[in-house]
Amino acid sequence: MEHLNDASHPLQHESRRDDLVDRIATVRDGETTTVERLEGTLARIEAVDGALNAFHEVLSDDARRHAASIDRQLAEGRDPGPLAGAIVAVKDNLCTTEGRTTCSSRMLEHYRSPFEATVVERLRTAGATIIGKTNLDEFAMGSSSENCAWGPVRNPHGVDRVPGGSSGGSAAAVAADLADVALGSDTGGSIRQPAAFCGCVGFKPTYGRISRYGLVAFGSSLDQIGPIARSVRDASLLYEVMAGVDPNDATTSDLPVEPPLADGPIDLRGLRVGVPREHVSDRNHPGVTASFGATLDTLRSAGATIIDVDLPLTHHGISTYYVIAPAEASSNLARYDGIRYGHRAEARPGEGLEELYARTRGEGFGAEVRRRIMLGTYVLSAGYYDAYYTRALKVRRLIKQELDQVLSQCDVLLGPTTPSPAFRLDADLDPVSMYLNDVYTVNANIAGIPAISIPGGLAEDDGEALPTGLHLQAPAFAEPMLLRTAAAIEALVSG
Amino acid sequence: MNDSDSNPMPSIEDVARVAMLSRLALDAEGLEAARGDLAAILRHVAAIRSLDVEGVEPLPRPQDTVNRLADDEPGPMLDRDVLLELAPRTEGPFIAVPKVLGEGGA
Repeated sequence: MEHLNDASHPLQHESRRDDLVDRIATVRDGETTTVERLEGTLARIEAVDGALNAFHEVLSDDARRHAASIDRQLAEGRDPGPLAGAIVAVKDNLCTTEGRTTCSSRMLEHYRSPFEATVVERLRTAGATIIGKTNLDEFAMGSSSENCAWGPVRNPHGVDRVPGGSSGGSAAAVAADLADVALGSDTGGSIRQPAAFCGCVGFKPTYGRISRYGLVAFGSSLDQIGPIARSVRDASLLYEVMAGVDPNDATTSDLPVEPPLADGPIDLRGLRVGVPREHVSDRNHPGVTASFGATLDTLRSAGATIIDVDLPLTHHGISTYYVIAPAEASSNLARYDGIRYGHRAEARPGEGLEELYARTRGEGFGAEVRRRIMLGTYVLSAGYYDAYYTRALKVRRLIKQELDQVLSQCDVLLGPTTPSPAFRLDADLDPVSMYLNDVYTVNANIAGIPAISIPGGLAEDDGEALPTGLHLQAPAFAEPMLLRTAAAIEALVSG
Repeated sequence: MNDSDSNPMPSIEDVARVAMLSRLALDAEGLEAARGDLAAILRHVAAIRSLDVEGVEPLPRPQDTVNRLADDEPGPMLDRDVLLELAPRTEGPFIAVPKVLGEGGA
């Protein structure tokens, strides 16, 4: 396997800030065109995606048509929108009318959506060019992007490493410069953990802030869509375009969306940064501990007030999540029965409808999805419902109360995004060990609060320097506080 | 099934029943593998059973919000032919399914 950490890899040429905001400015200023930018990106995909497998489908024809239209509008003096010139990749569990929407599942191998996700529609309307659909863990269930029907995604920082999951294709695409930004979905950390593993920014807004219409549902009380980006201001721009009420998603909030970075990065002097003791435990990889410690020293030097806080329910988050998420998944995925759309098993003479459902689903779903459907069915079944499901919903309230209480003592919470940097593809983790990757991210989904992962320096593992993530959390709907703080810390850490 | 207060180790009969309820066709090997996975995950998940949740209200959604209701006005719908094109088997303007009454057969 060709290793990408050599002089020919695009990552080796990234020393400028060169984020989406800079790049679309060059299109508006006439230094380049959307078509030129698109062709450059398509050439890079052609060169490196055979090794990364970040994309399921590259929508070259549609992207070329759209890019030409953007350039035409600019040439005519019209405004194609705030994302004119942007090249955006979309996780393949978001419905697009161009191309297929497979969720990395045999079940939806040939599925073409008759409608477009609200977020995709809003991006297109804002001028973004959609370049393709990115690989993921099947139905967004996983933390390594290895549970994929058509092969795993590989990490651009070391192709024998996982990119994280489940939005691993989106994170790998942004890290290898195969898109300016990408969309992911986050049910327990699926935007933030791959962003951390690939050295990107990954942002999960408040539950209800961004429409999920057209997101293939996994855990409906937990799912949220968000950007994986090259900078906090890029993530903020995508958020501003996508956020807001949608008549097609009754869970969207009608609170007005404020431009989060209108007042610039926050002044770190006097900012109260809560650091949960449970997130800086001895169980973390030494490289993560070292880089996080260095960040805290830098923050103190910049005048921030670091407050040690306690979140004793942290480790109950994974247990709670692995009752609630599979329960919701078992219900959401009941729709895949081979009747109205998707895979259908070959008919057998004399077979009834029930047998057809069961063989269709047994064939169409991969191992992890089957495992979670069964777990969800188990915890919802008679005799177990109260002991597991109702109890998990009660613990969910306790976790939310604990976070609300701690967030009332400080402005933001800060910790490492993951206990370790990217692990190897052949690590062969058992399910529970894999699930524990999300120990620091999952409670933001359980409580519905916004959270972001930004690059937090490198950690050495087996002689390789790998990205780590800094994880920030804020109260529900406090996106401006979260993003302004993230922008300030980003400038400090990268500067 | 076993009583819910006992050790969370599902029997093979439990797992077969869950597979049936999940509408997943699994062979004997698949059932045995699922049993091991379920047992390991349930052992981890069982930690929440040690917490005192007396008097705590369940929280099914993070913000205690309720769905907004849409105005009762007709809106655009997806075209029937477009939806029928997605079906694995059709007969005329219908989705074809195996017989659900009588002797069965696709």
